[in-house]
Amino acid sequence: MAYTLLGKDFTPPDVRAKVTGGAKYAEDFRAEGMAFCKLLLSPAPHARVVNVDVSAALEMEGVLGVLQASELRAPPPPVEPALTDEPLFVGQPILAVAAENETIASDALDGITYDLEPLPFTVDPLEALYPGGPSARQDGNAAVVNYGNTVVETRHWTAQDFAAAGDGQLPTGEPNMEWSYGDVDQALADAALVLDESFVTAGLAHHSMEPRTTMAWWENGKCHLHGSVQSQSFSMPILAGMLDMAQEDIVFVSEYCGGGFGSKAVPFPSMAIPVNLSRKIGRPVMMRLTRHEEYYLGLARTGLQGRIRLGFSAEGRVTAADLFLIQENGPHAGFPNLTGAAAGVSAMYQPESMRFRGVGVFTNTPPRMAQRGPGYNEMSAAIEPLIDKAARELDLDRLAIRMINAPGEGATVGPQRTPLTSAFLPEALTMAAEQFNWEERRALSGQRNGSKVTGVGVGLAYHPAGNNGFDGLVRLTPEGKLHIHTGVGNLGTYSHSATSRVAAEILKCDWADCIIERGDSRRHLPHNQGQFGSNTSFTMSRTNYVAAMDAVAKLKEIAAMDLGGSPEDYDIGGHRVFATDDESKFLTYPDAARRAIELGGKFSGEEAPEDINPTTQMAVAGLAGTGLIGVARDNIELNGQPAAHVAGCAMVELDLETGHVEVVDYAGAVDCGTVVHPMSLATQTKGGAVMGIGMARYERHIYDRQNGLPGSIGFHQAKPPSYLDVPAEMQTGAVDMPDPENPVGIKGVGEPVMGAALAAVLNAISDAMGGHVFNRTPVTPDMIVNALAGREQSHGPLDVNTA
Amino acid sequence: MTDEKTLVSGIDVPTPASGTDDVGVLGSIGRVGASRRQFIKGVISSGAAVSSAGYVFGGMAGCATEEAPMAGGVERLISLNVNGETRRVDVLPYETLAMTLRYKLGLTGTKLGCDRAECGACTVLLDGVSTYSCSTLTHTVRGRAIRTVEGLEGPNGELHPVQQAMIDELGPQCGFCTPGQVMAAVALMEANPSPTRDEARFALSGNLCRCGAYDHYLNSVMRAAQSA
Repeated sequence: MAYTLLGKDFTPPDVRAKVTGGAKYAEDFRAEGMAFCKLLLSPAPHARVVNVDVSAALEMEGVLGVLQASELRAPPPPVEPALTDEPLFVGQPILAVAAENETIASDALDGITYDLEPLPFTVDPLEALYPGGPSARQDGNAAVVNYGNTVVETRHWTAQDFAAAGDGQLPTGEPNMEWSYGDVDQALADAALVLDESFVTAGLAHHSMEPRTTMAWWENGKCHLHGSVQSQSFSMPILAGMLDMAQEDIVFVSEYCGGGFGSKAVPFPSMAIPVNLSRKIGRPVMMRLTRHEEYYLGLARTGLQGRIRLGFSAEGRVTAADLFLIQENGPHAGFPNLTGAAAGVSAMYQPESMRFRGVGVFTNTPPRMAQRGPGYNEMSAAIEPLIDKAARELDLDRLAIRMINAPGEGATVGPQRTPLTSAFLPEALTMAAEQFNWEERRALSGQRNGSKVTGVGVGLAYHPAGNNGFDGLVRLTPEGKLHIHTGVGNLGTYSHSATSRVAAEILKCDWADCIIERGDSRRHLPHNQGQFGSNTSFTMSRTNYVAAMDAVAKLKEIAAMDLGGSPEDYDIGGHRVFATDDESKFLTYPDAARRAIELGGKFSGEEAPEDINPTTQMAVAGLAGTGLIGVARDNIELNGQPAAHVAGCAMVELDLETGHVEVVDYAGAVDCGTVVHPMSLATQTKGGAVMGIGMARYERHIYDRQNGLPGSIGFHQAKPPSYLDVPAEMQTGAVDMPDPENPVGIKGVGEPVMGAALAAVLNAISDAMGGHVFNRTPVTPDMIVNALAGREQSHGPLDVNTA
Repeated sequence: MTDEKTLVSGIDVPTPASGTDDVGVLGSIGRVGASRRQFIKGVISSGAAVSSAGYVFGGMAGCATEEAPMAGGVERLISLNVNGETRRVDVLPYETLAMTLRYKLGLTGTKLGCDRAECGACTVLLDGVSTYSCSTLTHTVRGRAIRTVEGLEGPNGELHPVQQAMIDELGPQCGFCTPGQVMAAVALMEANPSPTRDEARFALSGNLCRCGAYDHYLNSVMRAAQSA
């Protein structure tokens, strides 16, 4: 279908402020009388804090107050509290000091005395599962991880479980979550080839460029909050719950967010600190984390230790997948990467039978949260190299073995075998291979140039790509403007604007006459999905669609009322609603907006649909009488799971002497439905690839096992890729096939763009090394050198948090 | 110099707090030996805290109350040449240029991503050379021409060619590193108006972008080079 706006590049309204420095992030706000707060952080991985004495600190000139854990309502365990008397990781905040400035606050912290009673700790999930192994939490060592509802339990495996695993293989004791379909054991018995491999994907920091900042002040009973959060409206009820406040008493501004990648998906516990300190001392309080504090409190991707048995037919079809995962969950509620991982394997390879078993384990390491493609991308890293291995053993082409398994028509996901709304991974794979010139490049595989050897690799990735049930809200004003109210955040994808263009498209409005209202709860924003999980494009194109359709219906009703006939006799175009059989009978949009205000009721937002969320109800009430209001809940049917797919091809030059890997070329092709904003899609595809290269090659948590101390708390220790670590130019493409479950065909794609590159680079490294599979991320230069020399690695095959 | 005076606050010049950063955290191990038991014992007996001091600064324009003490002791009123204007500002001896710009001169376009010369979000130009302002003491840049991202626009709000190209090529994603990328690119363009893509890649390599928008930033530099 031909669109006027969708599929065309445009200049998002917030980009100019980003290049001029005018964009205000949380740390850029000031308030009269603003004080600063600093945190007393735990030096121990697990301890009880006793005998705290803050009296000397409070007497220091310029110190304004102290906030301790006992003053805050503790969330139900294992949810992370803002402050604690029992820190569960190095760097967890114990208390906070507010002062005139940060120097005084820091000096005050040094004046506080306390004792620590050490408690058992662990930074190794397997150690925690040993018989009698240490428990990261006093109430249990293991977790049934569910987002929003993680359950603590005690689970130790037997010595036999460990002994039975065999050398270098992951023990697979009693899991605490599992599902299956088909007869996996029979399928494995019947398979032409069975691979049984254990692997590790390291936990790693999000490294958002903006260290998270919260600034809060109180005025007339309302709390004003500037925060580094990816999501706007979605944050409101969460903030209200976290702060024990009514939602209408919170003003939340997050117009710009300096990178989140999941770590700022929703409001985070430490936001409560300046809010409560501000209330206590009666002054605005800013809390800005330092870079190293960001490595403690900035959340992290979970680590996974896994074992998979894959059964293949002689043709390369995956007949069975038997996946076992141990998730290093940090000490708190965490995020269910392992269930995402299992779904990912089922979607990417469409195995004829599958079993998933898993267990979450608490460790005294930073709290975990979703990071771009949580679980899904780890499976691209872990399983894609095994697909190459199977291709070698079955003497199949690397593209062919993927084609035969890749999700296309009729594809399903998960234990219920839920249909995917659309799947064009074979098409994406073909496109990526063509762009990359796979056939020609493959011939370079293994070619030597001095100490360097060339490798090429291909990788696939999958992620869910949308949701439904949220609300849309638009407003036509007598001034002739279309205000599109959007509650999505500003993660840097520009999807706040791209999805808003759907409303403009449906209402046939000039883009120049559209105003996007966002980034501040006072702008009357509807209940929208948080900006995470590749959800925005699918989900909020639907909400903007239904809101615009509601506005169109109201325009026609008003026209029929004023000009005669019935609403069906009217159409819209050129900022007018006109009679289809007599275009001289029309109302302009400004006229209709004025009439809507006169008519009141549903037309101007005096009444709102009953099925919309309370957040949207509030927004509509705030706009009542200001124009023609289009508002609706997305009640469009949703059959199946929206799904995004990406294929990538990479070429590396690997230095046999130093283990250095240079990624010299990358091409990524995506299946994200109708392309809505080509330039943003291109930069997301490349940016995701950069992140994938980082995870493949450098990024990981390092922990000192003996003391539980972190070793990766700086960019230089857990290096995200720089300009020089990625190809100078990359290629991208899109299948551009509309999704049938979205009214304009759009799906999200932000997460799997990382996973495809991650897998492609790992496979290219493996290819350069004649097929050596590391079964681990990241693959560091020392690992490459050791492997080439036939030496043992410095870590055991299942070790985690290694240097 | 006549434009300088000394302010003395009610508080002594602080010594650096012990264990104020990650080096301190890790340093503790070295100090007490490798045993965890000893380490914990040491912490308990000393009551030592890992304080979170990383940023230090004194009085701040626009926010400080009248009674606010000037922590850090001695501030000097100095003149800085910022974006072609002379700005008079009270500066602590150990104050970084990034802090002065952001918290005393209201120039918040310069970002703090790491405050330790790792990321480049704080990049400004000193006499045309791109410099990490988080790791430059303000007192060392008296008499030098300081340019920040706020100083690039023309008198009528026209954008610098690099800024315009960054819009046209959709350079930024989240935008937090963008001012630093822009300044690094401007420094490059002034030294080398027609860079190759590879020269641009090296010139900007001190500026991290976690969104990974490198390709589009380089497209922007190349476009700016063509339009200049």
